[in-house]
Amino acid sequence: MMNYVFPVLVVLSFISAAATGSMSELSAAVIEGGTNAVELLIRLVSMLCLWGGIMEIADRSGVTKGISKLLSPLIKLIFPRIRREKDALEAITMNITANVLGLGNAATPLGLEAMRRLQNINSDTSRASDEMVVFVVMNTAAMHIIPTTVATLRGQYGSVSPMSILPASFLTSFCALFVAVLSAKLGNRFKRGKHHG
Amino acid sequence: MVDTLSYWVLPVTVTVTVLFGLYKRVKVFDCFMEGAKKGLHTVYELLPSITGLVVAVTMLKASGALTIFSEVFAPLADKLNIPSEVIPMALISPVSGGGSMTFFEQVLKEHGPDSFLGQVASVLMGSTDTTLYAVTVYYSAIGIRNTRHTLYAGLLADFTTFLLASFFVRMTLY
Repeated sequence: MMNYVFPVLVVLSFISAAATGSMSELSAAVIEGGTNAVELLIRLVSMLCLWGGIMEIADRSGVTKGISKLLSPLIKLIFPRIRREKDALEAITMNITANVLGLGNAATPLGLEAMRRLQNINSDTSRASDEMVVFVVMNTAAMHIIPTTVATLRGQYGSVSPMSILPASFLTSFCALFVAVLSAKLGNRFKRGKHHG
Repeated sequence: MVDTLSYWVLPVTVTVTVLFGLYKRVKVFDCFMEGAKKGLHTVYELLPSITGLVVAVTMLKASGALTIFSEVFAPLADKLNIPSEVIPMALISPVSGGGSMTFFEQVLKEHGPDSFLGQVASVLMGSTDTTLYAVTVYYSAIGIRNTRHTLYAGLLADFTTFLLASFFVRMTLY
């Protein structure tokens, strides 16, 4: 994928900069981009180490299993083909729980653990499995119940009721999540059919 | 109230996990270190792809492409009763979380959080995640190159958000 995305972004940027006369900004951005990447990675180091550690404790002490049991009907509905893969399902459940609670920082490391476990049961390790597509697409949509960051910012900018957008936000997120899972699943079916035919 | 609640979630999660570990007689810190080591390894896997992605996205943001594309999308948004001021934010959000945050704060500052525009922008901001970033990180951590239709499905969900945000704000608040 990045083999297409990366060149498209770079070439598009160059053409746009030439057209709008912002070549000096683009030149600065090339250097700034490297620095931005390192800053992001440093944040990732602490995030992945911290939550990797917490996840390990949760795993060994059985917290993971408990939460997983609680949510398993829902998760099995979304991932019917891996009903019996307990390890993968547990990590998926933890990621979704963190997302729903609004623990964005915890969701990524837990999600990566889920990807690792899905990779263990993947038949072709260079190609995304059906379950991976659905799982990653879910993570590109927002699953949190309460958009805390947005509400906090609204409050800071003097909103009379920072939470007034909650119903609209919930409905929109839900529809987007539905479209995400549906299109991922439709794509799975379409591609698989082609493969067999 | 929600503010206070959100401050509690994180510490409670960490504390409860540690307490439960103690209760089950798990060697809590040894476990923690083992997991943290795995995390460090993941970062090492992610380093090259993240660098490439962030450089490309930073270039895109500086290039003025956003201005060009916003003008392209303006007539469509107009037809669908979507305020054109939110287009740049909707366009940048699948690529850059920081980018959409900048536009979001600008809308809040210029139009106020309780204006129609401020509400639509809030819903947009609260209902999307950075699609390209998530897809890149999740797959490059395990070395998968062929991501099939993941990106398209993710972008379709983002587009749904863009189409529906104004509609649901009108429905629930006006």
